[in-house]
Amino acid sequence: MTVGAAVAAAVADAHRREWAFVLATTVRVTRDLDLAEECVQDAYARALRSWAEDGVPRNPGAWLTTTARRRALDLLRREGTARRALPLLVEDEEAPDDGGADEVGDDRLRLVFTACHPALAREAQVALTLRLLCGCSTAEVARAFLVAEPTMAARITRAKKKIAAARIPYRVPPVAELAERVEAVCEVVHLLFTTGHAAPAGADLIRRDLVERALDLARMLHALLPRRPEVTGLLALILLTDARREARLHDDGSLVLLADQDRRRWDRAAITEGITLVREALRHRPPGRYALMAAIAAVHDEAPSADATDWHEIVGLYDLLVALWPSPVVALNRAVAIGFADGADAGLKALEPLGEEPQLAGYPYLAVARAEFLQRLGRSDEARDAYEEALLLTENAVERDHLVGRLAALGP
Amino acid sequence: MAQYLVLIYQDEAAVDAAGRQASGEVYAEHGQFMTKYESALRGGNALERSSTATSIRPDGAGGFTVTDAPFAETKEALGGYYLVEAPDLDEAVAIAKQVPMAEGGVEVRPIRVFD
Repeated sequence: MTVGAAVAAAVADAHRREWAFVLATTVRVTRDLDLAEECVQDAYARALRSWAEDGVPRNPGAWLTTTARRRALDLLRREGTARRALPLLVEDEEAPDDGGADEVGDDRLRLVFTACHPALAREAQVALTLRLLCGCSTAEVARAFLVAEPTMAARITRAKKKIAAARIPYRVPPVAELAERVEAVCEVVHLLFTTGHAAPAGADLIRRDLVERALDLARMLHALLPRRPEVTGLLALILLTDARREARLHDDGSLVLLADQDRRRWDRAAITEGITLVREALRHRPPGRYALMAAIAAVHDEAPSADATDWHEIVGLYDLLVALWPSPVVALNRAVAIGFADGADAGLKALEPLGEEPQLAGYPYLAVARAEFLQRLGRSDEARDAYEEALLLTENAVERDHLVGRLAALGP
Repeated sequence: MAQYLVLIYQDEAAVDAAGRQASGEVYAEHGQFMTKYESALRGGNALERSSTATSIRPDGAGGFTVTDAPFAETKEALGGYYLVEAPDLDEAVAIAKQVPMAEGGVEVRPIRVFD
């Protein structure tokens, strides 16, 4: 590897690992998100030049932070408030910017809780999380959610304006609010993961960029909040689900169902790590929803073959999950599990009441589940109708191809 | 004597399109209005844009639904107001949640600060 390539790789690595840390610390100096982002981008650009001449520093994060902060102080001194478009961010006054060891974690958490503040729309929370915590450009965030770049730029600008004008504070919420606020953060990371794991629209089923970002974020959250069971459960869920990534697609990009996957291609290291975490998360009573979903993923991951899957245990876990989180999507997954545990007839019966759910109208997986059970019962005509209904609702190209294949297999 | 709340509504897109000079003229007109009716006025503020608003409604299960939007519901009408001083939005929302709102909800909108 040439020196230039080695430096570029080191900067890219530092971008992935240190962006949130460098930005969060710089915001403490600027109290202005835009100015801080500009200074951090500048620090990464300088790193490319400086590290090529002087070598990669031992602690890239510290080098970048010092450089970004110096740039910020310089700009603030030189230009004063002249360039400031928005009011300063609100901080706790009793928390001085002393750069102490404990503050390091806190600064990143401040950024997390600000980006995922409940007074921001969910889509803005997700966009800000990618932008501020992962360092994605506006173009990358726009691509991640398949919207036009100017639309995404407007969404991000509006959210930043609201943070400043409405005085959304740059701080870790007090203990009394922490559980609720951590839940909101977990929802954002989980949404990023599910969007990447089974992309609702587009040409690819798996969006690796989003999956990797979600995994990085979950790891960071777990490092910062190691005793929050919902965070432990979320990291376990992502690891145990994503462990099957390499087996989920054929070489041509088409879909492989769980039952047909080559289990030797599952990531054993991720499964082992995930199982340790899910055990830990389940020790908290009552178990949270991510821990329960992770436990379900673990039952699949630990089964030596599809036939050896303990579907009764999975139904039991779904019973707990439905009680905790009565969402129609969870009820649908539970019905599917019942179909595997007790037969297609039982599964079909469990699906019946879900047809009335307004939240599932337009959700293709309900029709897919019905189609599969009908097919197993030999009711081909009804199965065909259900597959056709699912096809009308599916916007992901890989899933469409899969359904077309299933439909063709039913015969004319 | 009786007291009345006069609410100012405006087309935010039209305000943006009119530009800085036009808003300078409007501020000057407000200045003239405030001087002329000084004895009748008991207070008044400009608000930040509706895009900075946060709405709060009871969720029917003892909690609240907080949304990033102005309170726009045709069946409810403006029923009153409190002017609240708080260090940040979290505090303002915490106070706003204590406002009796059995038949509706509240919108928290920052007061505009001119510097």
